[in-house]
Amino acid sequence: MYRVVLASRKTVEWIGLLVVAFLFVFPFLWMASTAFKTMPEVRQFPPTLLPETWEWSNFAQAWESGPFLMFTWNSILVAVGILILQFLTAVPAAYAFARYKFPGRNLLFGLVLIVLMIPGQVIFLPIYVQLSGWGLVNTLWSLILPYAASAFGIFLLRQAFMQVPDEVIEAARLDNASEWKIMWTIMVPMAKPVLVTFGLFSFIYHWNDYFWPLIMTNSDEVRTLPIGISSLHMSDGGTLWNVMMAGNMILILPILVIFFVAQRHIIKAFIYQSK
Amino acid sequence: MRKAATVQELPGVSQSKKEVRSQAFAWSDLASRLRPYLYLAPALICFALFFFYPIGSIIYLSFQDWSLINLEQMEWVGLQNYQDLMKDGDFHQVLGNTAVFTIATVGVGLTLSFLLALWLNKKAKVYGIIQATVFSPHIISLVSVSMLWMWLMDPQFGLLNAGLEAVGLPAYTWLTDPKSSLLSLIIVSIWKGVGYNTLIFIAGLQSIPGDIYEAAALDQSPWWRTLRRITIPMLSPTIFFLLIINTISSFQAFDTIAIMTQGGPINSTNMLVYYIYEQGMDFYNGGIASAASVILLILVGILTALHFLVMSKRVHYR
Repeated sequence: MYRVVLASRKTVEWIGLLVVAFLFVFPFLWMASTAFKTMPEVRQFPPTLLPETWEWSNFAQAWESGPFLMFTWNSILVAVGILILQFLTAVPAAYAFARYKFPGRNLLFGLVLIVLMIPGQVIFLPIYVQLSGWGLVNTLWSLILPYAASAFGIFLLRQAFMQVPDEVIEAARLDNASEWKIMWTIMVPMAKPVLVTFGLFSFIYHWNDYFWPLIMTNSDEVRTLPIGISSLHMSDGGTLWNVMMAGNMILILPILVIFFVAQRHIIKAFIYQSK
Repeated sequence: MRKAATVQELPGVSQSKKEVRSQAFAWSDLASRLRPYLYLAPALICFALFFFYPIGSIIYLSFQDWSLINLEQMEWVGLQNYQDLMKDGDFHQVLGNTAVFTIATVGVGLTLSFLLALWLNKKAKVYGIIQATVFSPHIISLVSVSMLWMWLMDPQFGLLNAGLEAVGLPAYTWLTDPKSSLLSLIIVSIWKGVGYNTLIFIAGLQSIPGDIYEAAALDQSPWWRTLRRITIPMLSPTIFFLLIINTISSFQAFDTIAIMTQGGPINSTNMLVYYIYEQGMDFYNGGIASAASVILLILVGILTALHFLVMSKRVHYR
């Protein structure tokens, strides 16, 4: 009897797990399925689970509805540009916080924590005004510069640098290595897992970002993929759901691929926000 | 978070150098004193330019009548913008919408996440896979998530209505009816955010020492008492952290609104950041937009301050 109860509890648990997985995976599968359907099939009732005819041309149609090569290139430039700048500004700052004692350290670190906690959406207007004063609005710089430093990156790297054993640094100093060299050739390699974690976080965040490019740009030459994709549903004469979903597949595929490859790192990166 | 005392200190280099050339004027000493500031300078300059200066600037701009079209024309109007906001029925509705949206997404979202975390916090591989599955919407652009849900919620051909009809329920006009539009956005927001919260909860659960549970098991404490007396109190820093983070991020709601509803129908889904965007970028009411930004800044600032106060007292998390 007990065994039967146990077995049925297990079945219920498995069904529950399947339901949860379904709720979170199915919408994406539905997106993929729609992306391959013809428009009549999209409007069919009851809906078909898999496309009857595979309409690959939806992807071409989405891609050709705007200068998508340029959007993609801009997205890559912005996300990678931000990543490099954040790396260059965060490493020395984190090193200073982790390894030096100096007047004002706690105050300055407090400022970093405030930056970490207050979202940029609150102050986009004055940043727009400022960048337009410098003539940078509607340039890629307006998308990159405001994110050149990352409070989150400093916070994360500081913790990693604090965990490097003192002996390692002492040994390097005995060899007359300069502080600058210790930072880049000893600390950075030792913090590699954290750097990967942070890099993934930053790249995904800026690849996905819609708000900032929407505010700062108004011409296709400097717009990024999310803006290009979002304009797909402005088409007149009924929404072309299949083309829209194909466009969104283009936007999310790189991130999904990265997620499959580096799942553990990515979850860690986003979870780390809390620490 | 502020355990400054554990930070490794570094008199090492400067001292050993000092020993070598103790007679010479201590240029190197000065350099090593300045070094941390030099290392911090690039990051701090960025924060000054793109964070602290704009915060001062937004407060200043909120007392001006100005628009993005002609920035030369600024006129000091004192508290006029704030008074206008207080009188504006639309803004009242925006605040109301933001409050409803926040309470619903945070309340329901966190409850669901907590239950999921209790359930999925197990070692077997399946649970890890389900955790990743639940988490996956979190890394997808809100643009795609919004468009995907617009498609699911399409009144004519959407899957949600097809499902409702299949079981004999009436179809909904999810996003185009002011009665259900805000609810629709809340559903999307919870769906997107629940995985992140679940994983944070799981991390919190795993940091509770196992021997407490062993003791409770020895006392034959029923599961609900263990939950109420051990799990929830031990998890309180995590719960508090998630409350703050989720509240701040639901104040920021923008992408879903911009793509799915544009604040409509009849202002039913307009919320703070979207309102600021609309006023500033579409209607060119820079002053009104700035005053609304300051109000948002104050709300977020209070939450942040609360967070620091509570967290610095109870650094339970790492």
